Amino acid sequence: MADRQRSGSGRGMLLISGPLLYAVVMLAAPMAAILVFSFWTQDFLNIDTTPTWANYREAFSDPIYRELMVRSLKISAMVTAITVLLAFPVAYFISFRVRPERKALWIFLVTIPFWTSYLIRVFLWKVILGYNGVLNSALIGLGVIDEPLTLILYNFNAVVITLAHAFAPFAILPIFVALERIDRSLLEAALDLGETRLSAFFRVTLPLAMPGVVGACLIVFIPTIGDYVTPRLVGGPGGLMIANMIQTQFLKLNNAPLGAALAVIAMGIVTILALVFLALNRRFLRGRS
Amino acid sequence: MALISLTGIDKFYGTYHALRGIDLDIAEGEFFSLLGPSGCGKTTLLRTIAGFEHPENGVLTIDGQNMKGVGPNRRPTNLVFQNYAIFPHLTVAENVGFGLRRSPLSRADKTKAVAEALAMAGLDGYGPRAAHALSGGQRQRVALARALILKPKVLLLDEPLSALDRKLREQMQTELRRLQRQVGITFILVTHDQEEALIMSDRIAVMFDGRIAQLDTPEGLYLRPNSRAVGEFIGLMNLLPGMLRPEDGRLLADIPGLGAIPLPPDLVAHGAAPGPATFGLRPESLSLMSPGGALPTGQFVDGTVTERTYYGDMTYYEVALDGAPDPVTCSMKNLVSRPVLERGARTRLAWEPGALILFPDG
Amino acid sequence: MKGAGLRVYTALYLVFLYLPIVLLPIFAFNDSTVIAFPLGGFTTGWFAELAAVEALHAAVLTSVKIAVITALVSTLLGICAARAAARYRFPGKSGILGLIMLPLVLPEIIVAVSLLVVFLQIGLPLSALTVILGHVLICTPFAIAILNPAFQSLDVSLEEAAVDLGETAWGTFRLIVLPLVMPGVISSLLIAFTISMDEFIIAFFLSGSDATLPVYLWGQFRFPQRLPVVMALGSILVLLSVLLLVLAELARRRGARRRGALDTGGFL
Ligand SMILES: Nc1ncnc2c1ncn2[C@@H]1O[C@H](COP(=O)(O)OP(=O)(O)OP(=O)(O)O)[C@@H](O)[C@H]1O
Ligand SMILES: [Mg+2]
Repeated sequence: MADRQRSGSGRGMLLISGPLLYAVVMLAAPMAAILVFSFWTQDFLNIDTTPTWANYREAFSDPIYRELMVRSLKISAMVTAITVLLAFPVAYFISFRVRPERKALWIFLVTIPFWTSYLIRVFLWKVILGYNGVLNSALIGLGVIDEPLTLILYNFNAVVITLAHAFAPFAILPIFVALERIDRSLLEAALDLGETRLSAFFRVTLPLAMPGVVGACLIVFIPTIGDYVTPRLVGGPGGLMIANMIQTQFLKLNNAPLGAALAVIAMGIVTILALVFLALNRRFLRGRS
Repeated sequence: MALISLTGIDKFYGTYHALRGIDLDIAEGEFFSLLGPSGCGKTTLLRTIAGFEHPENGVLTIDGQNMKGVGPNRRPTNLVFQNYAIFPHLTVAENVGFGLRRSPLSRADKTKAVAEALAMAGLDGYGPRAAHALSGGQRQRVALARALILKPKVLLLDEPLSALDRKLREQMQTELRRLQRQVGITFILVTHDQEEALIMSDRIAVMFDGRIAQLDTPEGLYLRPNSRAVGEFIGLMNLLPGMLRPEDGRLLADIPGLGAIPLPPDLVAHGAAPGPATFGLRPESLSLMSPGGALPTGQFVDGTVTERTYYGDMTYYEVALDGAPDPVTCSMKNLVSRPVLERGARTRLAWEPGALILFPDG
Repeated sequence: MKGAGLRVYTALYLVFLYLPIVLLPIFAFNDSTVIAFPLGGFTTGWFAELAAVEALHAAVLTSVKIAVITALVSTLLGICAARAAARYRFPGKSGILGLIMLPLVLPEIIVAVSLLVVFLQIGLPLSALTVILGHVLICTPFAIAILNPAFQSLDVSLEEAAVDLGETAWGTFRLIVLPLVMPGVISSLLIAFTISMDEFIIAFFLSGSDATLPVYLWGQFRFPQRLPVVMALGSILVLLSVLLLVLAELARRRGARRRGALDTGGFL
């Protein structure tokens, strides 16, 4: 029926040429440009176009860049772990406990916050976590603490909390989709074969949901590692990440080639990790069939 | 003169040869069926006539016009799709009137034409209904009305009944036949249901692997299949290995279990030659008698009932003939006066040599 | 598992999810200038103040202009790509689609920086136009993701039936394809509009002197005395986003119903 695809490739090529041209000019070419740029050097106001590894050498040897890179990875890894762990039960609840006709509504409910202004959401966390913020003033008002807590703003923790909030729906959706795909009769079969509910969860549900979990990890990890707004607003000096440094190199220090090298490195890391995740996913998928 | 004429049509999907040198003439006003197993190319052939597939070789003419380069929208054919392809966002009337959009008729005439088409398809009063809420049978009627309103020279139907349940299907078979007589145009029906093809068609083309294996009337196909494959595809057929051997200047059919009999004259004319051959015998050409009884004419053999399947109006028996390698199947109408035999019962089978079908390819 | 425990957990999770958004209107109507508890009195003054800020109006106008054009262009590109993906086979299909969808998984800072480099090199001045170029790039994959199911579930035989009944290719597209994918198109327009309105990083790098609303907001964050006004503005923005989303979701559901499909899942 619907899969009687026309093989006439001319029409297809014609249709795709617009979006393709756009992606080549606005994405592939600029990325190539960044790559070329990263091998040039800034010479005060001029750009020296002799290709050199100098930027990469600097990026890998200067402890500032190294620390930022390591910290970005650490934050992203923590955010990913926390987000996915927190999201799994929610996805499970919606998939297994909510009546089918209400599921769409629940998913909608979970995704709404994602579509509201990112900037304002992050900023609100600053307001919530601040020294005179909502959390501290509320806790003091309730008599729980006497002195405002200081370990929750302008540091690593604040960045992790804020990002975990921002990317929550990203994690719920792929897990939900994977759980939805599980044939419910498989679980009945497991119970019928003598598994308990708990062991059926670990032996049937969880392995089958794994592709969704891996997808969730990927979809949270990639954007967080390049996040700029959150570390800038709630991170303080100890919570800055690689994107902040890229921005600084480009717009403040006027050293675009070094910024380009940092961007290329960040992209390289993201790509490598994405490939690792995908390889993991493939293994899970193979284990299934 | 043929309304539709196909000569040497070849169609490839990549390297897959879907239609292999199809030659076919279909007359005006004919109810024609394309019959064959899944994947044999029936739909491809139908879509070639409709103009959706473009053959690599061969010539297709409709009403004397070469159809090469003529798009589906400019051919005098209309297609009823297997899933009916009812436009879900339009009403029944809008669906039926869809093809009239470009016609020069006045608005009032179009409305009238739609009403007539609806009435003809038995859909009086359904015009304003939303199309996506129709039942399977109603969808099919809409599809028919929508195609017939354009007064095509040929109506093409791709398995139009396969989505319906059995009762409705039988009802629609009769109705389609009536409709075809009423409008008097050529219908080309694709089906994989041999019974449906036999019931409805004036002529049938049986297709295997992109080729037309046999082109004949329903009776011709059933009584004189030209190959084992066709014989087995249409109805039930006992296939009996045997020998043709010359004796006294004529040919003798020697079939283990049935004995040696002179070959009936029309099979001789069929071009039979001495050597091993396969003989076909329809189940209804074998009839059971209680042991001892005899038919006035014809042949008879003895055997044991090994299996029995009861169908209500008929009973099918599997009988191991004395001296035959494999059991044969025979069917008996269930009459009040006729007892149903049990497994293991001894019985005698009568058969007519004139019912024998010879497959020299065997 | 434990039914009640899971239910309570999910409820808490939703509180966590909505906490910041719920606080917005609370502080927008609070007449104290510091954003903290306990609350002061009720006021609508911050909203009134919004009406007086010229720079804000300019930013809103710029953002709307950018978002409308972005929505139109990316949906158009999305229609082409989704249609090609659903209906045709052509060489390098998966690679081409992969490239077009790539921005979906690319950190936005990378997109922003690489576009910045190119625009500066070719001497294209930073303006609303450059922001649009960037936004179309990141919105097109979303448009494709939304439009793809609509085009995939479109039965080919419907189009063939229209051609068979005498329509031209264009007539078929206009009378059959377009009406059937329209809910998806509307949904795509709304989502692309919302994304473009909210996007910050690319606008931050590429807007030059044409500050968009998020860029304007970013500037306001530095002034503590402006925060209540920001809260009021934020409330309005969130309200509008939710409104657009509900519209997009309704359009999507209507489409699903019209195609007679079972309603499952939401965006993405
Ligand atoms: N668009 C296509 N691309 C490639 N192969 C195709 C295409 N359409 C049909 N085929 C192949 O051509 C052969 C004939 O297909 P066709 O649809 O004509 O069969 P059919 O006789 O109608 O079968 P069915 O009864 O299953 O509908 C099949 O093997 C099919 O897989
Ligand atoms: Mg077919």
